[in-house]
Amino acid sequence: MIPLSWYLIFSALLFSIGLFGVLARKNAIAILMGVELMLNAVNINLVAFWRYIVPATTEGWMFVASVFVVAAAEVAVGLALVYSIYRGRRTSSADEIDLLKW
Amino acid sequence: MTPIQYFFLFTAGFTLLAALGVVTRRNVVHSALLLVVALFGVAVTFAILEAGFWAVFQVLVYIGAIAILMIFMVMLTRRNVADETYPEPFNDNMRLAFLAALLVFGGLALTIGGWDAARETMTVPLDYDALREFGRAMVSPDGYLVPFILVSVLLLAALVGAIYVAVLGNKSQEERE
Amino acid sequence: MSFFEDPIKFLAGLLQDLLVSLNLHPIAITVINNIVGALIVSSVGLVIVIFLIWLERKLAARFQDRFGPNRAGPFGILQSFGDLSKLVLKEDVVPDAADKIPYNIAPILSIAAVVLVWAVVPFSVEWIGTDLNVGVLYIAAVGSFGILSVLMAGWASNNKYALLGAFRAVAQLISYEVPLIFALLIPVLLARSMGVNQIVGAQDIWYIFVVPVAFGIFFIASLAEIGRTPFDLLEAESEIVAGYHTEYSGMKFGMFMAGEFLHSLTLAVVTAALFLGGWRGPYVEQLPLLGPLYLFLKAGFVYFLIVWIRSSLPRIRIDHMLDITWKFLTPLSVVLLMAIALTDALLKEFGQINNTALYVGAMIAVNVVIALLALFAASRLNSRQRRQIKTFEPRPLAVPPKPAAPAAASTSEEASA
Repeated sequence: MIPLSWYLIFSALLFSIGLFGVLARKNAIAILMGVELMLNAVNINLVAFWRYIVPATTEGWMFVASVFVVAAAEVAVGLALVYSIYRGRRTSSADEIDLLKW
Repeated sequence: MTPIQYFFLFTAGFTLLAALGVVTRRNVVHSALLLVVALFGVAVTFAILEAGFWAVFQVLVYIGAIAILMIFMVMLTRRNVADETYPEPFNDNMRLAFLAALLVFGGLALTIGGWDAARETMTVPLDYDALREFGRAMVSPDGYLVPFILVSVLLLAALVGAIYVAVLGNKSQEERE
Repeated sequence: MSFFEDPIKFLAGLLQDLLVSLNLHPIAITVINNIVGALIVSSVGLVIVIFLIWLERKLAARFQDRFGPNRAGPFGILQSFGDLSKLVLKEDVVPDAADKIPYNIAPILSIAAVVLVWAVVPFSVEWIGTDLNVGVLYIAAVGSFGILSVLMAGWASNNKYALLGAFRAVAQLISYEVPLIFALLIPVLLARSMGVNQIVGAQDIWYIFVVPVAFGIFFIASLAEIGRTPFDLLEAESEIVAGYHTEYSGMKFGMFMAGEFLHSLTLAVVTAALFLGGWRGPYVEQLPLLGPLYLFLKAGFVYFLIVWIRSSLPRIRIDHMLDITWKFLTPLSVVLLMAIALTDALLKEFGQINNTALYVGAMIAVNVVIALLALFAASRLNSRQRRQIKTFEPRPLAVPPKPAAPAAASTSEEASA
């Protein structure tokens, strides 16, 4: 069978790739995609811990459900902000949205 | 090595390749389409973990709603429909970001390597109807009724806020101008 | 076990014996068994769709007082094979500026999204691809691949009509998924299970007679999901050429076509399973072979309704299309779901859950009251809206030029100065 550490390494890699995307991408929507990858890595960890360590309980599931809801809320608000900025300034590049930067 | 291990390695491999594509592709639409592939790979991982409900839910929520919304937004926010040139995808902090990601991965890998529980393999067969128990726990006051209502309110607030920012906020801005 | 009692089990047993006699690894036997099963389940739909196209053309022709295809073979039944060979032999044109990889994946995804649903359709007492305990959720989830394929096709074609069609399609499909899923939850609530086979098993009385309003919502929403008239705005030929598949030709176009026809049949089968009792009918326990017959008879009835509506109603306007789902179907389905859950809980509280007559009577009463209230509210709102529309004076088509026009222009200039 698969050892727990495989899932943990897999999710750590996915998390790091997502983090790189968040820090390095210019496009605001691509940054949101990086955040999605990071949240998915967290979910893999939660489900793996549930299955391997506490399989006969439901705590793990509640955490997974919360992460799903938070991801949906984050995308809804994030994309609305990107769209709102795009309508005003005709850009979706995070580097060009620097009105508050001195 | 058992067949399920090969299958897991294959799934993890294509998920990670797709995720790398998401963060490195120049064309943001391609990024978004590869994001769908990566999310599907995560759904398959859930299925390997015998959490079929979350696998289906992942497809329904992430691919059916979130990824499609993202593709839609990428298409809406192009400067010009006929624009075939793609700007440089990375900002100036690219090297620093790479270093940070590498450090985070190194730290996580060290932690996992030093933890004995991580080496254990699954021994207990799952004869527990987690979905039914989870459904009961979500609506019982001894279970997760309060967290369930809290996340529902969070989602509602986010939806109202998103509609205000995207539609009504712009309208009032135009009126001011 | 003889062949006629349960042919599928008989053949599966034969296959199992054959594989065991070949001395294969047990995992290899499982894999081969599952692949054969998947091939059989998915080819059921793909074979039926060939005859479905003929049937639909014939029915549509009858509704419009024509004959329909009647040259190739008896009653023109071979017409589809002719169409098919034409599509295969046609040149496959790929636009120069197309985004090649998504362009080629989109048609495959469009048909795969439909075929995947057949995995959880119960054909008879024990004939089901896989008895998933979240079957209903699975049906809703794989539908999202269909939306994805439309979006990919529209984007990758690099054509403004295709992109407009894809935008319309996404707006329509995502909007109608909301009432569709709420309506799907009502049989789940009544059967206390998300497995499709358990829902069929729980229907001692067909759910169309218990919750007729839920059936109505589900039917209208699924009409929109398959993009048939009156909801075929995604390929409105008078406005946006052919929508998202404008740039497709040959067999790739054929796959979109087949996917669309198969989608209609698939949703008809799902409707039959969830609301019309699926494989249930007289003597089906003794003779499982009757199960698919009953299922396809019921699905055929739903399909006939779809074709009937298609050939009778005109296409509706896009703002009306969105109004129907967001201002009527979605609130109605939410209220209905809550009312049914409340009725169910109350009956349980008073210990009347096993009193079938009272249970069904109460459910139907709730349904009728909600339907009447909804229709009353909708007609009130509608008439108020209609009163607000200003009537405008009829005027002659050709108006003689006003001689005072230059003077008026100069006065307005003075005013602005």
